[in-house]
Amino acid sequence: MTSPAHNTPIHNTPSDMTALRDAVAAGTTTAESICAGMLAVTTERNTEINAFHEVFAEHALEAARRVDSDARAGRPLPPLAGMPIAIKDNVATTLGRTTCSSRMLENYRSPFDATAVERLAHAGAVVMGKTNMDEFAMGSSGEHCKWGPVRNPWDTTRVPGGSSAGSAAAVAGGMCAAAIGSDTGGSIRQPASFCGIVGLKPTYGRISRWGLVAFGSSLDQIGPMTRSVRDAALMLDVMSGIDERDSTTADRPPTELAKTVERPIEGLRVGIPRQYMSDANDSEVSAAVHAAADAYRALGATIVSVELPLTDVGISTYYVIAPAEASSNLARYDGIRYGHRAQLQPGEDLFTLYARSRSEGFGPEVQRRIMLGTYMLSSGYYDAYYKRALQVRRRIKQEFDQAFTACDVLLGPTAPTPAFGFGANSDPLAMYLCDVYTVNTNIAGICGVSIPAGFAERNGKNLPIGVQLQANAFEEDRLLRAARMLERALTATTGAHAPRV
Amino acid sequence: MPDNPHSKTAALTTAQVAHVAKLARLEVAPGRIEEYRTQLAAVLGHIAQLDAVDLAGVEPMAHPFESHNRLAADIPVESLSIEAVLMNAPAVEGRFLAVPKVLAEGD
Repeated sequence: MTSPAHNTPIHNTPSDMTALRDAVAAGTTTAESICAGMLAVTTERNTEINAFHEVFAEHALEAARRVDSDARAGRPLPPLAGMPIAIKDNVATTLGRTTCSSRMLENYRSPFDATAVERLAHAGAVVMGKTNMDEFAMGSSGEHCKWGPVRNPWDTTRVPGGSSAGSAAAVAGGMCAAAIGSDTGGSIRQPASFCGIVGLKPTYGRISRWGLVAFGSSLDQIGPMTRSVRDAALMLDVMSGIDERDSTTADRPPTELAKTVERPIEGLRVGIPRQYMSDANDSEVSAAVHAAADAYRALGATIVSVELPLTDVGISTYYVIAPAEASSNLARYDGIRYGHRAQLQPGEDLFTLYARSRSEGFGPEVQRRIMLGTYMLSSGYYDAYYKRALQVRRRIKQEFDQAFTACDVLLGPTAPTPAFGFGANSDPLAMYLCDVYTVNTNIAGICGVSIPAGFAERNGKNLPIGVQLQANAFEEDRLLRAARMLERALTATTGAHAPRV
Repeated sequence: MPDNPHSKTAALTTAQVAHVAKLARLEVAPGRIEEYRTQLAAVLGHIAQLDAVDLAGVEPMAHPFESHNRLAADIPVESLSIEAVLMNAPAVEGRFLAVPKVLAEGD
């Protein structure tokens, strides 16, 4: 395993968000200087990286100055005071547009803020801008974006992963203190792995989906994308908790993980699913998982082998459930109330208005998934596809429950490979198969986190590799404490942590 | 329903793709139907692996948690204003959404 080299992407950012927040509170730096520094990096790099679709520079600086004035006056600062945070463009903000990187919503302005955004703002965070993504969160590369492809800050000839592509690239590129993404089948964790940052998909129901543009409603979760595990804990604490506007939020109090995340777990049992150590993984990926297991052993944890025989079936299950839910959710885009409306020729009918608006507004991958979902839900096929996938879903959940009787957390790769090149997975099915280790987390509704764990060298450049930890539903405390143990150990031994220059 | 979805997917036809596009309210150019057919058939072929999973006695699971309906208190709350609702409309007349005339005379 190599150490960070010349292509280390994060600069101008000496520390994670928690440290920046503490420095502002202690008066050793100002929120304005942090914000101005990140805006300068954004100005310098965004043309190439294309992480942001919109940046709210003046708004961010003004908000930062208010924090500094509060700090000077000795007023108590909220937990994220002055921290510039990037928001994925499928999360509604009253600032700027909410486009889902789609022509369908290219001019859409939300009349309300998502609950997650509202809670971040309440905690003092500064909404810095909106990040590019695979259209409607459908993709694993960041290439399928109305506003052009997003590039990986570690190697701009490669993808950042997706669909939360811009959020991952913005954090890795030093353009913001942290970001939020959404994860339906791996869309936070896989780009986090490709970009060398921490990405957390919380348990289904932890964070309100109010204001998150719906893709697969039984799978979608908002989550933090950060430079450190403790930053992810801090952001989850701020965003989690019941929301009357989303009846699927869990009736649980907000988490308080920032308090416990530094505490190692005594007698931790780490399970490695045999099916995760596939020969299809790149060798550096499997090596990173083995190194992580060694690090846990050195910390006194027990490593156990567990079985998740339905791992490979996850992709098939996901590509029934997600397109089925998407075809239903995306039916709302009809060109009537909001979104793109096609121009009709005299004599053309209502059907044509709907169909042409949708076909002009949606890109090919979105249309492909709508058709897939429509087909599988159509008369005569429902039982063969949708019902069957929901039965397999229960079996997958049962397998996880069984595995978690033998261990506290599961360890494995986040993705089978490091970041790939543009166009490398142009075949839709090949792209879908990249999500093999992440989709089942969403199918079962449990939590998972990707943390940086090593590098693979390709063409003289170091590409980050993430490992994934998963824990059972509502076990984020265990998940992040275990992740922090590994993060601390790996930073010491391999320098694999998100680089700090 | 088909006894064996396997054979159905293998036989996915351009006519079926055109029908699905119509159901989904998508206007797919005739020249692109075959491309979509090939891609969708590949995905459906892969998904056929679900047929091999033993599902005897397994209940479908539509949602991660067996949650009950949660009812909001029956109290009126302020909703979006008409201006907020109309701010993204493609066309507006007064306080209404405007749509093109879509019914022919005598419909």
